[in-house]
Amino acid sequence: MTTRTDALPTQEMTINMGPQHPSTHGVLRVILTTDGEVVTRAVPDVGYLHRGLEKIGERVTYAQYMPFTDRLDYLAAMNCNCAWAWAVEKLAKIEVPERAEYLRVIVCELNRISSHLIAFGSYTADMGAFTPFLYGIREREHVNDLFEMICGNRLTYNYARVGGVSGDAPPGFLEKTKEFLDYFEPKIDEYNNLISYNKIFVHRLANVAVIPAEEAVAYGLTGPNLRGSGVPFDLRKDEPYSVYPKFDFKVCVGTGERGTLGDCFDRYMVRINEMRESIKIVRQAVAQIPDGPVLAKVPRLFKPPVGEVYFRSECPRGETGIYLISDGSVNPFRLKIRTGSFVAMNIFEKVTKGLMIADIVAVIGSFDIILPEIDR
Amino acid sequence: MEALAISLVNAVPLLAGVPLWAVTLLLMVVVAAVILVFALTFEGVGSLVLRKVAGDIQARIGPNRVGPNGMLQFLADGVKLVLKEDLIPANADRLLFKLAPYFAFVGSFAAFVVVPFGVGLIAADLNIGIYYVMAVTSLVVIGVLLAGWSSNNKWALLGGMRAAAQIVSYEIPVGMALIPAVLIAGSLSLQDIVRSQSGLLGIFGWNLFHNPFTFFSFFLYFTAAQAETNQTPFDLPEAESELVSGYNVEYSGIRFGLFFLSEFGDMFIVATLSTACFLGGWNVPFFNAGTLPWIWGNLFSLGVFLAKAFTMVLIMMWVRWTLPRLRVDQLMRMAWKYLVPLTFVNLLGVSLWLLVFKGKGIPAMIASLFG
Repeated sequence: MTTRTDALPTQEMTINMGPQHPSTHGVLRVILTTDGEVVTRAVPDVGYLHRGLEKIGERVTYAQYMPFTDRLDYLAAMNCNCAWAWAVEKLAKIEVPERAEYLRVIVCELNRISSHLIAFGSYTADMGAFTPFLYGIREREHVNDLFEMICGNRLTYNYARVGGVSGDAPPGFLEKTKEFLDYFEPKIDEYNNLISYNKIFVHRLANVAVIPAEEAVAYGLTGPNLRGSGVPFDLRKDEPYSVYPKFDFKVCVGTGERGTLGDCFDRYMVRINEMRESIKIVRQAVAQIPDGPVLAKVPRLFKPPVGEVYFRSECPRGETGIYLISDGSVNPFRLKIRTGSFVAMNIFEKVTKGLMIADIVAVIGSFDIILPEIDR
Repeated sequence: MEALAISLVNAVPLLAGVPLWAVTLLLMVVVAAVILVFALTFEGVGSLVLRKVAGDIQARIGPNRVGPNGMLQFLADGVKLVLKEDLIPANADRLLFKLAPYFAFVGSFAAFVVVPFGVGLIAADLNIGIYYVMAVTSLVVIGVLLAGWSSNNKWALLGGMRAAAQIVSYEIPVGMALIPAVLIAGSLSLQDIVRSQSGLLGIFGWNLFHNPFTFFSFFLYFTAAQAETNQTPFDLPEAESELVSGYNVEYSGIRFGLFFLSEFGDMFIVATLSTACFLGGWNVPFFNAGTLPWIWGNLFSLGVFLAKAFTMVLIMMWVRWTLPRLRVDQLMRMAWKYLVPLTFVNLLGVSLWLLVFKGKGIPAMIASLFG
């Protein structure tokens, strides 16, 4: 007796998602094996944006590498700039003026806000609601204006310097920052009303790609992706650097409020709530910022002592760790950069098993990956 | 149409020698051309309004370069679509690939024939009007499925499959939600349905206010019809962020344009059906357009009908730019587990109401209280 499946055998379909796909947030390629709409396997294929940033680091001096860190995560260039500066300062044991540290924290947190705005916006666009994306862009413009004011650039800032920052805040910058925060804070509630708790949106995200806390730790997730699973780990608190210990803020974690702890919705909500905490930090920093110089006297060509250093800082997409080996010359002997997005790719195949094609998009968006960070 | 032809022959002595069938045929072609021009104009202007509304909702400006305030953008887009290279993928099924856009376009355009634009403004007052609309708009699904299949592209195939499942599923609640209007009018003709809603100041006769069940069925119809015509939040067949562009991903030039036009046509058909079946069609509130001279009554009712229909279109656009998209299993669950049972219960409710209250609606009963 022939059954129907014998007469009409079905087979799984392999689909190439990317590297040119609107929802892979860049040139990520995912090889999908699908059974109808159900994805049986999704393998991420990275490397389409590899520029050899680590190797370049061995060829340029410590100060010259600063602009390259802009390209490490173009949506959070300030954070990457500062991470590099902090790492080199730790290696060369350079004292940084306090005002510079405050300015760094202000721009880092502002950049975290603008980065999370893009994460929020592009995620809603992935889910089919394009309007919140443009609202996110609208608010981000204000941050860009602030950055243009302080360093002249709107995307690749190159603001931090080894030993401080490139220039002091121009007159009016701190007031403008306060104005922006006052303007922006109520907008978060607006987003929540518009989309975050929208029934369709919640249904799309809740209980999708659940990552339990142990698994998140085991796979090395960091940043909002880890906190979304309920692990209260934030380098600004747990391994404090710069002047972060002086500020009062809360570590946002996922609560499983609409589904299971560690689902896409939790990761999304962590980012929304983190914007509020960043506002808090910037407010305190603007209020407390001391006067003084913003750049320590560091020779243009300096030779750090022989040794190695690993410095990690909390970037919008997780831990950005910079591992530097110095052989005592003017350029690093070896540079290794650890980024949150790349690590998130490890768990991708595991959590996407058995989801639907639309959920793949939801998972990619919930990790808030950015391709230059993945490929470096 | 033949009656109109006879009256035309009687009115114009020049036509006396021409056979009647020729006059009728000529009339048909003229009417079809008028409708086609209207449909294309609506679709062009509709796309412009859509982009302007989108711009407004999304805190940006929208098209403002071509013509005064961007008013001629749709013409530029149309010219661009016609001039673009007509690409056919190497491994596509060429015949089906070329055929698909016509199915989609004809399906949505043919429905315009029975749209009751005014007191006497209807191309063909078929006695099976609603049934006809349901039938011809089903052609769209064939076009979409063919497009998805013949493109030889996996994303397009997924889009086509989604469209087939979705449109076929949602046709049931759409039909069931429209039947209350048919029951009240006792006719399938759209013109009869509109006429049944006149009276009572031209606004309280609307089926929307007839009884609680019809009120409910308006919203059921609107929701289901959004899904049947692939509008957000049910735009899964062309889910841009998932399927790149869905079934039409391989199409370019005017073939893509036909899909685009059919989408707007569907939008307008949904708006006209909800207007005609629930919002009183061309009935003017507080005024009887039928008492006016022919030309004024028609113009007046045409304006009212278009105003109502365009309001519905604007609401659809508003929804489109606000809501995210459902997932495919959620979409199917919504159709079969919620909309289909609800529309059946609703239909039962309307039928019982008509039986118990002898066809009278709540406004009519209130009116009879006051004599």
